[in-house]
Amino acid sequence: MLGLSRDPSGASLGRVLLDRYEAGDFFDEMVSGTGEIRPHYRRFLERFNQLKRDEFDQKRQAVDLAFLRQGITFNVYGDQAGAERIFPFDLIPRIIPATEWARVETGLIQRITALNHFLHDIYHEQRILKEGVIPPFYVLSARHFRREFVNFQVPKDIYMHICGTDLIRDRDGKYLVLEDNGRCPSGVSYVLENRRAMRRSFAGLFEAVGVRPVANYSDVLLKTLLNVAPAGVAEPTVVLLTPGPYNSAYFEHTYLARQMGIEIVEGRDLVVRDDRVYMRTTKGLRPVHVIYRRIDDDFLDPTVFRRDSQLGVPGLVHACRAGTVTLANSIGTGIADDKVMYYFVPRMIKFYLGEEPILDNVPTYLASEDEDRRYILDHLDELVVKAANESGGYGMLMGPKATKAEIAEFRDRIIAEPRNYIAQPMISLSRHPTFCGEEFEGRHIDLRPFILNGEKIFVLPGGLTRVALRKGSLVVNSSQGGGSKDTWVLYGDE
Amino acid sequence: MLSRVANSLFWMNRYIERAENTARIVDVNLQLLLDFRNLDDRRLAEHWVPIVQSTGDETLFFKLYKAANGQTVTDFLVFSQENPNSILSAVAEARENARMVRDQVTVELWEEINRLYLFMRSPQSRQVWASAPDELCNEVKRSSLILQGLVRGTVLENEGWYFMEAGRFIERADKTTRILDVRYQTLPERGLPGPINETDALEWVAVLRSCSAMDAYRQTYGADVHPAHIAELLVLSDEFPRSVRSCVARLDRALRSIAGTPSHRFTNNAEKLSGRLLAELQFSTVDDIFAPGLHDYLDQLQIKLNAVGDALFEAYIFLPYLEADPATERQQQ
Repeated sequence: MLGLSRDPSGASLGRVLLDRYEAGDFFDEMVSGTGEIRPHYRRFLERFNQLKRDEFDQKRQAVDLAFLRQGITFNVYGDQAGAERIFPFDLIPRIIPATEWARVETGLIQRITALNHFLHDIYHEQRILKEGVIPPFYVLSARHFRREFVNFQVPKDIYMHICGTDLIRDRDGKYLVLEDNGRCPSGVSYVLENRRAMRRSFAGLFEAVGVRPVANYSDVLLKTLLNVAPAGVAEPTVVLLTPGPYNSAYFEHTYLARQMGIEIVEGRDLVVRDDRVYMRTTKGLRPVHVIYRRIDDDFLDPTVFRRDSQLGVPGLVHACRAGTVTLANSIGTGIADDKVMYYFVPRMIKFYLGEEPILDNVPTYLASEDEDRRYILDHLDELVVKAANESGGYGMLMGPKATKAEIAEFRDRIIAEPRNYIAQPMISLSRHPTFCGEEFEGRHIDLRPFILNGEKIFVLPGGLTRVALRKGSLVVNSSQGGGSKDTWVLYGDE
Repeated sequence: MLSRVANSLFWMNRYIERAENTARIVDVNLQLLLDFRNLDDRRLAEHWVPIVQSTGDETLFFKLYKAANGQTVTDFLVFSQENPNSILSAVAEARENARMVRDQVTVELWEEINRLYLFMRSPQSRQVWASAPDELCNEVKRSSLILQGLVRGTVLENEGWYFMEAGRFIERADKTTRILDVRYQTLPERGLPGPINETDALEWVAVLRSCSAMDAYRQTYGADVHPAHIAELLVLSDEFPRSVRSCVARLDRALRSIAGTPSHRFTNNAEKLSGRLLAELQFSTVDDIFAPGLHDYLDQLQIKLNAVGDALFEAYIFLPYLEADPATERQQQ
């Protein structure tokens, strides 16, 4: 029977894990530099050590099978049409002690607050530009800056309702912000499903260790969306707007819609009449008040943005301007994802909040600044170069691992379009013991916490820990061979 | 309910029912051949061509294969990806529709559809097919029955439920007429058929078994196999759950439940056509079936069923997409 095997030859798993594991020359989440188990992993390991190897294998297979059966999969672009894969899941959780998390949480709240101030400011007075804190050129040239929305009033002044901020830890274990995802951050469904899988596999463990739950995310998300419904609507209708089943995050869209008990709609299900948005139902047209959109600005409305968009709703932007419908996130938040704006977030925090940033940025060079550009071009083989408006690990140069030809190509691109590139030193991300076929080995990880900006700001305890499964790889994106782990935030520090 | 969602629920169930019926046809006919001796190519073609014809995909079949025999026909009906109505394609379509409305179907329902899909796509299903074809057919039938149970046992009985119900029963009614139509060539062109010979009897038994109707037939008419009785059972019975009449009754009830229309009335064309068809079936005898000839009669039935399907599409799914908003059009200028 599953999990009850008593094979005397099956060595204790913890023994295997500890005896042969090498933390290496990185910050390891579980094992300290002197080879000690960090205190917040001890209680987990006590339990985990009792597991036999074959029990562990059975649990792993059961989880993979469950994911496949439930269709918890993502679509891979450029792969054969409709190909789906499960997002590889590693059973060893990443654990964060309470005090450490409290600091991360405060830092994230500070950051989203500043970003929201920034968005309001650049779409209104533009004080931050006038006072010379950020050179106006950078904002006005940003691809996702929506001039059309200057002086537009969003409900309760909230622009970014849902944000996923990517964090990494450097060699000293210090948390750094890698990027902000203020458009349509995805991955939260994996957080929820990973937790469900872990609870099924290690039922007794959670109480013993004391792990903060994540299951209320959908409730808070719905409240966050209802919070910004147009004024005067007694029972607002919320929908989730998806690009459709071929989108890589479609599973997540249906998952969240079902959890919130709201309709999931495609562009073709919506229609605009007299600046109001309706959905086409079997009983005629029904009004819609809040749209949790999982489509980028560009595709929202073919009459305003991309005319070739098949995904959008003609007239939607107009309705939004008329205030009869609220979009979350608001139109124009994409500018916060611009990697050049990222550079300025610490300044935003100081400017709007008068505080020092709690979470630092990764040191960043802007290719459009002469001095920085000279440095970048001289050190291309050491730096990571990123296009300002790409995501998902696309449009990147990893200097130390790149070929001469790739470096030459990026050199030309940077010189041609300096506004569009930034560079950062190669950060050696922290590592975490991860099951790699036969053994536990250290693999690089990052963390994407999810922040909801409603009546209060809510940070989901933990978030999505992504792990680069390929040996030595620093790329954690699911489209590039990444996997994930459950993330445990403890009630205490041990 | 969103029109698109209604459409997907309808087709999800319709494709499952299609897969189940195809599985039954394949299963029965493969077994039937075990009873025949001296099968030459001509005899094989005589057996298999009508089966392909009954699916309505004859042209496509002969584009893909040279001859109709057990191997080519079953390949076409089970695993062919070129055939949009093969079991594999139908299951994939059902699953794709379910995926489009993942948030609307229960977890149990989705997981069963997904399981069947993963099975049909796996190398395992080919192995099962190679070693014991009836096992594969059983797997499909069983899954379809489980899904029916899950719809009854886990799904809210609301509008969406009735769209699923409509999809299942319109497909089942259609398939029953097609299966019954397979052996019409052994009958006189018009009028009630007389007694049949032993070989033909085997073929007619296969028709019954393709509709899971063997037990029902024996209980109603005894052991003697007669085409008139078979037609009566499969078209007019108000007790047998796969008869056209029973299916149309369920379809009609589902349609009226969608709009909340009382019986004896109608509010749209779909309800009108299904109500009229039901009345016709309720007030017919087996003589009415054979008067124009079985084949022609069944042809007419299929046309009427299609008309109900089209009317349903127009009443609930198609219409809302037609109206264009002049204000939006102007904005685009």
